[in-house]
Amino acid sequence: MEIPLTIQETKKGLLEKKFTVVQLVDAYLSRIEKFDKELNSFLILSDELAYSQAKQADKLIEDFGKEAFEKHPLLGVVVAHKDLFLTKGIRTTAASKVLENYVPAYSATVVKRIEKAGAITIGKTNCDAWAHGASGENSDFGPTKNPWNKDYVPGGSSSGSAVSVASQFSLISTGTDTGGSIRQPANFCGVVGFKPTYGVVPRYGIVAMASSLDAVGHFGMSVEDVEQVFKITKGIDKKDSTVADGKEIKIKDKFKIGIPKEYFIKGLDSEVEKSVREAIKIFEKEGIELVDVSLPHTKYAISVYYIVQPAEVSSNLGRYDGVRYGNRRETFGDEAKRRIMLGTYVLSAGYYDAYYLKAQKVRSRIIEDFKKVFEEVDIILAPVSPTPAFKLGEKAQDPLQMYLADVLTVAANIAGIPAISIPSGFTKKGLPLGFQLMGPRFSEQKLFEIGKKYQKAVKWSPKVAFQ
Amino acid sequence: MGKLSKQDVKHVAKLAKLKITESEISKFSRQLSEIITYVEELNQADTSNIEPTSQTTGLENVTRKDEITSEEILTQEEALSGAKKDHNGYFVVDAVLTQKDE
Repeated sequence: MEIPLTIQETKKGLLEKKFTVVQLVDAYLSRIEKFDKELNSFLILSDELAYSQAKQADKLIEDFGKEAFEKHPLLGVVVAHKDLFLTKGIRTTAASKVLENYVPAYSATVVKRIEKAGAITIGKTNCDAWAHGASGENSDFGPTKNPWNKDYVPGGSSSGSAVSVASQFSLISTGTDTGGSIRQPANFCGVVGFKPTYGVVPRYGIVAMASSLDAVGHFGMSVEDVEQVFKITKGIDKKDSTVADGKEIKIKDKFKIGIPKEYFIKGLDSEVEKSVREAIKIFEKEGIELVDVSLPHTKYAISVYYIVQPAEVSSNLGRYDGVRYGNRRETFGDEAKRRIMLGTYVLSAGYYDAYYLKAQKVRSRIIEDFKKVFEEVDIILAPVSPTPAFKLGEKAQDPLQMYLADVLTVAANIAGIPAISIPSGFTKKGLPLGFQLMGPRFSEQKLFEIGKKYQKAVKWSPKVAFQ
Repeated sequence: MGKLSKQDVKHVAKLAKLKITESEISKFSRQLSEIITYVEELNQADTSNIEPTSQTTGLENVTRKDEITSEEILTQEEALSGAKKDHNGYFVVDAVLTQKDE
């Protein structure tokens, strides 16, 4: 059978009885079995749960037909969760040996919401351990490979989730984006990756990395799918007191897109730049006004990020003492150790003001920059990553170089604003390219509308990495 | 500033309760110094007359009623389900105090 590429196609196929949900699960699992040995995008499969959920879904469709989808908008949609999301009864490791035997007693709010909407949980995806990384290579369970070319990284930290969608191992997948960990792997794998406004999607039940930056988002084949999933995951949760219920910013008939000059940096790969400029031209042709804007403190974003983030990491990873669950602290990998020590250092007596407080102040400057620009334009369009996917091992021995891979994505996390990365083509070597849209807080609807406009204008159709 | 000596690395590792080997100390000293040197570019940014940002939601003092429902708590069995050792509903931990030789 041919696996559907979107939520809409899935629904249509199920209603027309072209396939059942059980058959869909069969199809995804057989692809995983066939191809994932090499790609290593899954850490564990939940086939038993998937089949029981699939049978229930088939029964609902049988009994209620179309109505079943009104109550369960994601009915029959197969989802893979990043292994940072707690799943009751299914091992959850954060891709770290510290949690290699940890089986949660409860599920994350987002996992519950997606399940309640009728989705089928197929398994847990590989990632950089504790979400620390930009390539997927920091997993304690081996690197994930790029499905377009196995010599290249898939990006990170949500490596397995991006690969899962690009390889048709699941229709959608979840991820976390603390400094680009959804947008960058989506960009490297040719799928849509979405990071909501900080605090709009509950973080409850998701292994915390840096609590003032962590955003819970997801991957899909199209902007429309990503929008549909967001409708399910967002909203107040009494178990997460940082969830903000902001007023959604609706889109006007006429809008302006800002092009920030600081994102077209020295060292930006020529093919990346060309593809982003082409996307800009598409919008121009659609009659949208383009405005050159400036975000002068962008150059400091990476430094702010690599002070604030490790500081919060060192605090969040303090809880892993090996007593209540998990292994002892000796089992932390190198990258976690580096970040714990870096964070401990910048927070320690004598250095707090020079590093942490200073970073928090520059953070305010970066937020001011965005505020000013959003008075003038509706959204910003920029590259996601300075380069296409890089080779496995290329940056693995040089932590600073790996950190710099986040240079164009971290500012959105620092400011807590939403962003979406959208595929725009391929390099000569056949590696995916894309761009990102960023908007003011709570402007998700704008990002979706403009993203859909782009995909419609280029007659974009979902692309699977291999058949 | 800008350099983390081996002594500094040992110190932060101790604060963070990480055990690291001699060869790790040299490696981390080099790598962390490189990162710290890089982030010191922030000294060039003007931060006069600006407040620090610790979070972006603007929310303050979010509270809820002090009510307990079965949905919000784990059973004793669930809470202990990840522990390597338990006894009568308690976590068993290693002794933190060592006996002083007489």
